[in-house]
Amino acid sequence: MMMIARTRAWVATARLSDAMIERCLLLAALSAVSTLALITLFILREGLPVVIAEGPWAFLAGVKWAPSRGAYGLLPMIVGTAVVTAGALVVGVPLGLAGAITLAELAPARARTLLKPMIELLAGIPSVVYGFIGMEILVPFIRERGTLGGPGYSALAASIILGIMVLPTIIGISIDALEAVPRSYRDGSRALGATQWQTITGVVLPAARNGIVAAVILGMGRAVGETMAVIMVAGNAVQFPGSILAPVRTLTANIALEMSYASGAHAQALFATGIVLFIISLALNGIAGRVRGSRRKATP
Amino acid sequence: MWVMWASTAVTVGLLLFIIGFILKRGAHVLSWEFLFTNPRQSGALGGILPTVVSTIWVSAAAVLVAAPLGVSAAIYLAEYTKESRLTRIIRSGTEALAGIPSIIFGLFGFAFFVTTLGLGWSILSGGLTLGLMILPTVIRTSEEALRAVPRYYRDVAQSLGASKWQSIRSVILPAAAPGVMTGVVLGIGRAISETAAVIFTAGVALRMPLSPFDSARTMSVHFYTLTMEGISDDMAYGTASVLVVTILLINIGAYSLMNRLTRRYR
Repeated sequence: MMMIARTRAWVATARLSDAMIERCLLLAALSAVSTLALITLFILREGLPVVIAEGPWAFLAGVKWAPSRGAYGLLPMIVGTAVVTAGALVVGVPLGLAGAITLAELAPARARTLLKPMIELLAGIPSVVYGFIGMEILVPFIRERGTLGGPGYSALAASIILGIMVLPTIIGISIDALEAVPRSYRDGSRALGATQWQTITGVVLPAARNGIVAAVILGMGRAVGETMAVIMVAGNAVQFPGSILAPVRTLTANIALEMSYASGAHAQALFATGIVLFIISLALNGIAGRVRGSRRKATP
Repeated sequence: MWVMWASTAVTVGLLLFIIGFILKRGAHVLSWEFLFTNPRQSGALGGILPTVVSTIWVSAAAVLVAAPLGVSAAIYLAEYTKESRLTRIIRSGTEALAGIPSIIFGLFGFAFFVTTLGLGWSILSGGLTLGLMILPTVIRTSEEALRAVPRYYRDVAQSLGASKWQSIRSVILPAAAPGVMTGVVLGIGRAISETAAVIFTAGVALRMPLSPFDSARTMSVHFYTLTMEGISDDMAYGTASVLVVTILLINIGAYSLMNRLTRRYR
């Protein structure tokens, strides 16, 4: 009897502590969401006052950024971010897609196990190292090349460096998308007499389209959010770039360059720059998630 | 089709070139003395000892935040719930957090830890900020690792009378450990290479940090300062070499851990 009672008590406490543990784990699981909420709260609290004072339109579409004279117009930086992001995609998408197709469709298994970690390593290299390589090699190359010229620190330099930096994102997620295409698609296509190349372009790529689009959007998010590498090669002049050889300043650079000495309304304006960046990142992430999600439902 | 191979070769070539270029120019600076002596004249001469120590402190603090939270979150997601509205919110929140640029973490860490909580520019502020930043990496990798543990591990543990938590603690977690470690190691890698989020939270003081409340300059921040202020090219290449070698080792470590996990359950 004693024995049974003790076992019962033991089982009961185990159940009770199980429930408590579950509650603690749930709290931990909510940590990421809470962090997101805290970030939103603090960025808005610090940044909104200046947006309200200036008016959101004047802030977003203003062409003059001169903190010493109280002018906070973000448009040049928004355009700068758009230009280098577009440039990064021009460089990164073809290279990235080719890499993904090679690794997922063409490479033998042994080559894949060697190449995939190398591409992941590309994501691990610190962004300051990318920026440094850009400064040491790319910028002088652009400056001294007869047909190019200009200061070297330019939208072009930033685009190329960012284009390399988005490769791991684009390749990694595209590979997942390609690998999710069922084997039977390829077999069916080959059985109908299509070559491997026709199978890839005609069957596999269309089937993986949503995943690849998501990969490109996430790569875009990476380019928009990159800070240090861009600062080191883009020149950072507040202006609308007349050409890809002209210096530009991005939203991220705007924050990082001035944060160390800003105070008062100026600091608020930098947080407000952060709000814009934050919204763009959330939007890109949301779109990518949605595009990816819709595909998962389509092919179970 | 050869265009595909050529493009891939370009990508891999870029990786090898970056590593090779940095190491070639930095090799002559690298030595134990470089790692273990104090810098002189703002880092133009001497070594990088305080930045190595700072990097270790800040990364350790980040892991102390991210590992318990992240692994617990992963256990909850993988073991305790079915898909529901709540898990969808948790998952999309985690995804969204992963996509937030590091400079935003820097702004947030500055406003929250440095100013509001009054921690100042310190190892603590930097570590907490980085910990939250690497949280999604740890959650995602740990959850995948837990899900890779075969179903029957759970069934057997529970049929032997173990409670849910007992079976998780003594059966499932040990089985998933290599994968969980991979997430943590990758998180450490991100913490070490990060600049934008630490420069505004841990600060830039180039001296040996003596307490968690001291400002600390990590290797990445030091490297950035050396190049942007044109202090010393040699020292910059040397510091970059240390960074690149560290990241290389970390990635190799993470990869072999992951391999061990997949080999176990193939």
